[in-house]
Order: sequence, then structure tokens, then C-alpha cells
Amino acid sequence: MPPILMVDLMTTSQPLLSVKNLKTYFALDDGVVKAVDGVSFDIHAGRTLGIVGESGCGKSITARTILGIVDRPGRIEGGEIWLTRQAEDGKPYQTDLLTLPLEGPEMRAIRGKEIALVFQEPMASFSHYYTVGNQIMESILLHTALSEEGARQRAIDLLGMVGVPKPERRIDDYPFQLSGGLRQRVMIAMALACDPHVLIADEPTTALDVTTQAQVLNLLQTIQKERSLSVILITHDMGVIAEMADDVVVMYLGRAVERGPVDAIFYDPKHPYTKALLRSIPSITAKPRTKLATLEGSIPHPFARPKGCPFHPRCAEAIKGVCDSHEPVSIAQGEGRDVSCFLYGGQP
Amino acid sequence: MTILDVKNLKKYFPIHKGLLRKLVGHVKAVDDVSFSVARGETLALVGESGCGKTTASRCIMRALQPSSGEINITIDGKTTDLAPLEKSELKLFRRHMQMVFQDPFSSLNPRMMVGDLIAEPLLINGMDNESERRARVRELLDLVSLPTAYMNRFPHAFSGGQRQRIGIARALALNPSLIVADEPVSALDVSVQAQIINLLLDLQDRLGLSYLFVAHDLSVVKHVSDRVAVMYLGQLVEIAPTEALFVTPRHPYTEALLSAVPKPDPRARQERIILSREVADAANPPSGCAFHPRCSFATDQCKSERPQLQDVGQGHQVRCHHARTLALQGVGPSV
Repeated sequence: MPPILMVDLMTTSQPLLSVKNLKTYFALDDGVVKAVDGVSFDIHAGRTLGIVGESGCGKSITARTILGIVDRPGRIEGGEIWLTRQAEDGKPYQTDLLTLPLEGPEMRAIRGKEIALVFQEPMASFSHYYTVGNQIMESILLHTALSEEGARQRAIDLLGMVGVPKPERRIDDYPFQLSGGLRQRVMIAMALACDPHVLIADEPTTALDVTTQAQVLNLLQTIQKERSLSVILITHDMGVIAEMADDVVVMYLGRAVERGPVDAIFYDPKHPYTKALLRSIPSITAKPRTKLATLEGSIPHPFARPKGCPFHPRCAEAIKGVCDSHEPVSIAQGEGRDVSCFLYGGQP
Repeated sequence: MTILDVKNLKKYFPIHKGLLRKLVGHVKAVDDVSFSVARGETLALVGESGCGKTTASRCIMRALQPSSGEINITIDGKTTDLAPLEKSELKLFRRHMQMVFQDPFSSLNPRMMVGDLIAEPLLINGMDNESERRARVRELLDLVSLPTAYMNRFPHAFSGGQRQRIGIARALALNPSLIVADEPVSALDVSVQAQIINLLLDLQDRLGLSYLFVAHDLSVVKHVSDRVAVMYLGQLVEIAPTEALFVTPRHPYTEALLSAVPKPDPRARQERIILSREVADAANPPSGCAFHPRCSFATDQCKSERPQLQDVGQGHQVRCHHARTLALQGVGPSV
């Protein structure tokens, strides 16, 4: 199966997907939760962007916003999502996904075909009533001109490609007949069914054991190389980020607090949150029975979002009268790097 | 001094099939597991899902009735085997061994105030005086670094880390000697996880507790444990002091497990050992060594002959025919 991406799209210097100042809010009875509050990033062809953060930082909602599948009462309040696409004559052009109607034909053509999503919990995202073959074929039949028989053959090929043993038999299994690792492989096969250009993987290995996680991460790397796929990898695990990502966005309470190449994030972190997060990870090479550096307090409840910089109550370097009253803006820190923190300028 | 000594612990779950519910086999969830925990020591029980680590810990707590084996617990110099005891007899021992659970959201009764949650074990064990109980609850909240004013709040008002602290306070209420902690930090965010790990280490030093720490995250295990026992398909495959197990593993499964852990260092990207296939069915384990279908070193002997746990020196035991000849990779020395 050759990737259908033509040379034009591969070599363009334009990012394949460019997210600008994205905002998704949830209006609830008790107030507004700013789940995603001004997040920007670019993703280029063949690269992996890691989005890392703790629970409630808005990383999953960012993914859902890109695909236009935010559940009510979530609303996209602003921003731009520019997807580089290919016209009939092969020339690339850009579309802002947020200007397209969510249920319109164009958005439907993009979902699954140009941008695909791998969910965290494969058991919760498959239907129990259809065989995995049926579920993979659904999107093939929807997005391509293949016949039912052709779609079935393609589904078998896909299952084989993601390393499902005996794919011609497994295709007629129901999801509950598969182990967690196999289910996640099927999920990836399903996402790849229509040769997407961008794959969003939302915690693809969180529910898996570490040896199975290693298998699935390896699979993702292989597939990405073969098809020069752009991957947005969403995870809370700094280890997974270090192994997989080219570029990293660190999120905290709906904000992208820091962005940069993976090496810079790990070896020269700028934002106090990134620094603290890196220090608090247990290490497999630590001396037994050593205490960890901790980050004081816990993540605030979304309703009780602190004023100013959302991280200031837990920040050891917070500046009184600045961080607690003003919102930091993103400050460029060289090529492809920026940080939202008053320590790096932008003080009022 | 040993506080817990588990000998040949087995837990088999029967499989019934057909109209007459005929017994067709057993899932050997825990199959002949032996280990001991010394006073003040942390033994980590690690392995992947389905390896039997949780079942083993529940048998030790007698939340499950073991199929056979001994669970010897030593309290005040007196050793008792818990396995054959009746429910009423067990009550005497329950106060000495307590559990900390994985999910702080489902393990606290949402209708009880924090003060009552922590006081419940005190009440059950005969502390009838209310002011005495309140005083003890205050002491316990203090011990886990929660403000005593939280006594009159309900669990929903707390974050995951705070709830885990409440769970720990409750477990400590009766001054136990042994804490069985089943994945106590795996449901927590990284920044909060570090706080709870430190708290557990701190409490151990202050109160001289022994921990049986059931976990799957090897980095966490490295931080908290003195010794580590690795389980695979219901059996112990390796048990050793923490440093030895991580630096010089002797079982191919341990090596693969260590290699699979993603390291938080982008400059240390390396080839991982990728195990082929998946964990075998516990109801129908492979012949010989249970790990042989996934092992890259497997020989004919491994397919037919079941290996025994053998001592390779310095408290290091391995269940592998080739333990003495294989040169396996660990994670490198501690820094």
C-alpha cells in the first residue's frame, strides 16, 4: 500500500497542520471551564509532535477540537486550525477547519481520511456489536470507491500490517475477543484505513502493560517512517515523549506553557512547570529509597483557576504582584521555541 | 526479623463449563509463590496485568481464600499462619495488616466525612470514646500532612493526591506493622505521585512499617523498594535486592521488562527488547518454562522441563534453566 501523499505536500515548507490560539470552553452551571485557552503549534510532514501534561490540562480536548468532535456543552470559542490539503491538480492549499460546518460534507471527508484519531481506551471506542472487520471497513467504504470485497481485503492487509496474527481470521472477531494490545493494534489499523496525513494518538499506550506498550510504540514508529505520517502524540508520560517526539508542547490548565524541540525541553527546560515536572519523574536509574523532588500542591480544580499565570500558586519562582495578577504571553526563545512565563520577559 | 513469610501460596480459580457446570480446569492465578518481608522493609511485587500480583496480595490479606500454602505473620514475637483461620479469628490480626488501594476515587465512601472514614477502623476495634477517636484522627491527618480542618468534609472535595493521603491515614489508624499497598500511586498525576511516594518513604522511617508494594511501574519500584519480586503467569520468576535486580537481572523476562520502560531522556533513545507474542493464557499455560514461547534464549530444555527457583547468591533467586550462563542487560548503575 503506497502512501497516497504526493510529493508536493511532502516537500512544502508549510506546516501540514497549524493550530493558532485555539480556545475551547465548556459552559457549565457552575461557571465556564476554559479547557483549552489559547494553544498554538505547528506540525510538519513526517514529524511527531508530543503534547504532554497532567490530567485536566486540555490535551485531549485539543485533539477533539481539531477534529471538531467536542462533546456538548463544549464550544470552540476562537482560534484557527489550518490544514494543508491537496487540490485536484496536486497543488497544496490551506483550509481553516474552524470555518467549516462541523457536520458538513467537507469536515466529514477530513475526519478519518485526512486526520485520523487513535483513542486511549480501545474497549470504550469500539462497538461491541460489530466485528472489527466491519468497523474498519466502515470508514473505507465511506471514504473510498472500493467495493465491499475490496474493502474487506484492504482491512485484512491493514490488520496484517499492524502485526495482528492470522488477520484473515481475526477480521471476524468482536473487540471483546481481543487482548488489550491487539485491540490497540486494530485501532491503529482502523485509523490508517484511509491513508491519513495526520494521525492523532491520544494516550495510545496508557492502558497497556509496558512490554505491550513497547510493541505498540515500535509499531507507530515503523508506520510513521513508512508513510511519512505526521503524528500528534498526546500523553502524560514524559518517558514516552522522550522516546517518540521530535517537538513538544507542555500544557498546564489549558495553556501551552512551553514549546520546543524534544532535546531542548529535556535538557534546557525554561518554564518552571516543565522543570518541576522533569524533576518529579521517578527514574529507573535512581538509587533505591531516594526521595523525589516534589511540586507543591495539586492541580487546581478547573472552576477555581488561579488568576494571572495559572501555575503561580505552585511556582517556586513566582514574582509577587506580576504572576498573580497578569497573564503571561508567549515569548519566543529562538528557533521553534517559546515559553509563557514572565521570567523571560513580557512583564507589565 | 521477618514479619511476613509466605510459603507455597496457591490460588486456583475453577473453570466450569457446560450445562452441568462441569469442572474443566483451573486458572492458576498464583502458583506456588514463596517470599518473606522483614520488619521495616519494602518488598515490591511487580509484573504485568494478569500475572497474579494482586491476587497474591489479596490472599495475604485473606480477602481471598488461598487454595493452599502458608501465610505466616509474626506479631510481638509470635508467629501465626493466617491461611486456615476463620473470619472471627482473623479479626485479631487485621489491625496489624492494612491495605492502601489503587483508586482513591472508588475506595472512599462518598457519603462519609473524612473524619468518620478515618475513625471507622478505630470504632470497629473498640475505641468507644468519641473525643479519643477525634484526637486520633487529628493525629493521623497530621501524619499524612493534611489540615485537621478537613475532618468535616466529604471525599468529593479532595483531589486524587489528597484522597490517597486520606486512604493512607485510614490504613494507619490502628498502628499496623504491615501495609499492603496495591498500586498506590498509579492513578495519580506525576507531580502528585512524587508527593505520595515521599510520604510513604517518610512514614516507613518514622513508624518502622513494612510494605508489600504491588506495582507495575518499575521506576516507582526503584524509588521505594529494598527488594523486588517479579511475577509472570502466577509464578515468581526472579527475586533480588532492588539494585541487583535492576543492574544485573538474571531472568530474560526481567531484562525485557526493564528494557521496555520508556526512559525520560531523548538522548538515550535505544533499541528496546520487543517481546514477541502476548502473555499466555493462565488457564492453559505453556509446557516447561511458562515464559519460553516469548523468550529469545529458549532451548529444548525450556520447552519440556519446568525450571525451579534457584539461588544465584546474595539473596538473588531466579527461575530460569540458563540463569548462570546468560549475559543480560540491566538499566545501568544507579546515579
